[in-house]
Amino acid sequence: MLNKKNKTYYICVFFFCLFVLFLYGPTFTIVLLSFQGPDGGLTFPLNGVSIYWFEELWRGGSVVDIGSAFKRSIILGLIVMVLTVLLSVSAGLAFRKKFWGSDMLFFATVASLIVPSIVLSLGVALQFRLLDDFTKWLGSTFDINYINEFFQTSLGMFTSGLGAQLTWTLPFGLLIMFAVFNRFDKSYEEAARDLGASPWKTFKEIVFPLIAPSIIGIALFGFTLSYDELARSSQVMGAGNTLPLELKGLTTTVTTPVIYALGTVTTFVSFSVIGISIVCYIWLKRNKG
Amino acid sequence: MIKFWKIKPSVGLLSIPYSFVFIFFFFIPLVLTLIISFWDYNEYSIIPDFILENYIYIFKDCFNYEKDMCVTFKTYLSTFIFCFITWFFTLIIGFFVAYFLAFYVNSITWQIVLFLLCTIPFWTSNVIRMISWIPLLGRNGLVNDFLLYIGLTDTPQEWLLYSGFSIVLAFVHLYTLFMIVPIFNSMMRIDKSIIEAAYDNGANGLQILWNVIIPLCKPGIVIGSIFVITVVMGDFITIGIMGGQQIPSIGKIIYVEMSYLQLPAAAANAVILLALTLLIIWIMTKMIDIRKEL
Repeated sequence: MLNKKNKTYYICVFFFCLFVLFLYGPTFTIVLLSFQGPDGGLTFPLNGVSIYWFEELWRGGSVVDIGSAFKRSIILGLIVMVLTVLLSVSAGLAFRKKFWGSDMLFFATVASLIVPSIVLSLGVALQFRLLDDFTKWLGSTFDINYINEFFQTSLGMFTSGLGAQLTWTLPFGLLIMFAVFNRFDKSYEEAARDLGASPWKTFKEIVFPLIAPSIIGIALFGFTLSYDELARSSQVMGAGNTLPLELKGLTTTVTTPVIYALGTVTTFVSFSVIGISIVCYIWLKRNKG
Repeated sequence: MIKFWKIKPSVGLLSIPYSFVFIFFFFIPLVLTLIISFWDYNEYSIIPDFILENYIYIFKDCFNYEKDMCVTFKTYLSTFIFCFITWFFTLIIGFFVAYFLAFYVNSITWQIVLFLLCTIPFWTSNVIRMISWIPLLGRNGLVNDFLLYIGLTDTPQEWLLYSGFSIVLAFVHLYTLFMIVPIFNSMMRIDKSIIEAAYDNGANGLQILWNVIIPLCKPGIVIGSIFVITVVMGDFITIGIMGGQQIPSIGKIIYVEMSYLQLPAAAANAVILLALTLLIIWIMTKMIDIRKEL
């Protein structure tokens, strides 16, 4: 075996620590800088300590309507999370046996992870634009009052935006399900079936409790990836922007630590979600045994 | 006669909602992009047609060797350079982080904890992780302060931020995880007795690394490389923010054309980008027998 505690071991430990510092250090600096006093700037040294910039953020002073973007992002994230769990768990169950088109679907799943996001975003935007044109054509040709008066666009956060984000979160969900079912002991299920349990009952009583911790993982991916998604969402959100899109706009216009305060808040939300997920995961794992 | 009520519902039907998302939000949009790249357009609308102008425009002046290199080739060249440098650094760092986790951390609990530590940033905002470099690399940033303090330079260095350097740094910062996960996965599958056998036969650490571990990690390395290269190829956000909106990229061309509603032109660029990305993936998968690795 590779002998421990030799020189290479310590070099590796050192290297790993440097890497972790590299990962977290910058985020830590902006958290630090967001707690500056009112005279603070974008760089060090710290000018006093206060929560002035958080109050500024709350008031919405120099910044666009962050509050509603924040709310929109959370709601969309929750919807994406629920759909990611439902769709990838059911697809994961389906994939345990070969079915018609399963190879194609697997290919699409992997392809969706590596297709450039801007291309997908463009494609979805084009699709909804054509859909709009078609709807308007229908309205004028068949004289449908409702369309002619009220219809503007089908592009929106909960139509095209939701779909585009799902193409990013679902592959992670399905791949997690693959990992779960690869290590899954089928004998419990067979025992239940032999004892006369219906497929639904087998799923509810046996399979679901066993995969529940992994479902937490899928939910975590669903929410956080949607909450921070930017590239795929960039062309398809319609009128209301999500938080990352607003944030991207702010990088070029805002020159006060208010942007760091916003960064601290969103990072705090992400870390809370991650923390809750990890606690739930451990709790479910413990309870199973 | 088949009695339909006797056919058991197949479990495969459970994949229908999932398939629906991929048909409606993945397959159809990509096909439409290909179709619309041949359409005509004016300031207000896109016009169904079959023209090659969108493609011809992209390569205008590209095959005129008396002039300088055309914008398109320049942009692709710059993107390829970013791809290569990012790939190189993420591979080296990702490999050694995975190597440490897989072979030097013996307790499973610690392995999970440290692995999570590397993964957590992936679940936080990319934009925040990008702008968090500003207080470090900016004109009055910590790095410049330090360089001035130790007297290595007497003027603040401008190339640290909004430059090729900061772009690569941000890419490495954001995407090394894409290397760590598949390589770590490959390493965990290596039978430890193979390494012991090599060791017993007198191989030293470096020989084991080069002749045993790296060849066995090849699938992980290829998968990680595909992720990193494709994500850099299509990027427009990192290059935009970290390059101070001054450095071109293919993703950015598409983005700008879309904002001017030149949709068929954007579609043509997207088709070329997608074709190139697929070509690169195809070449890379030739290096491993994917079916054998699954």
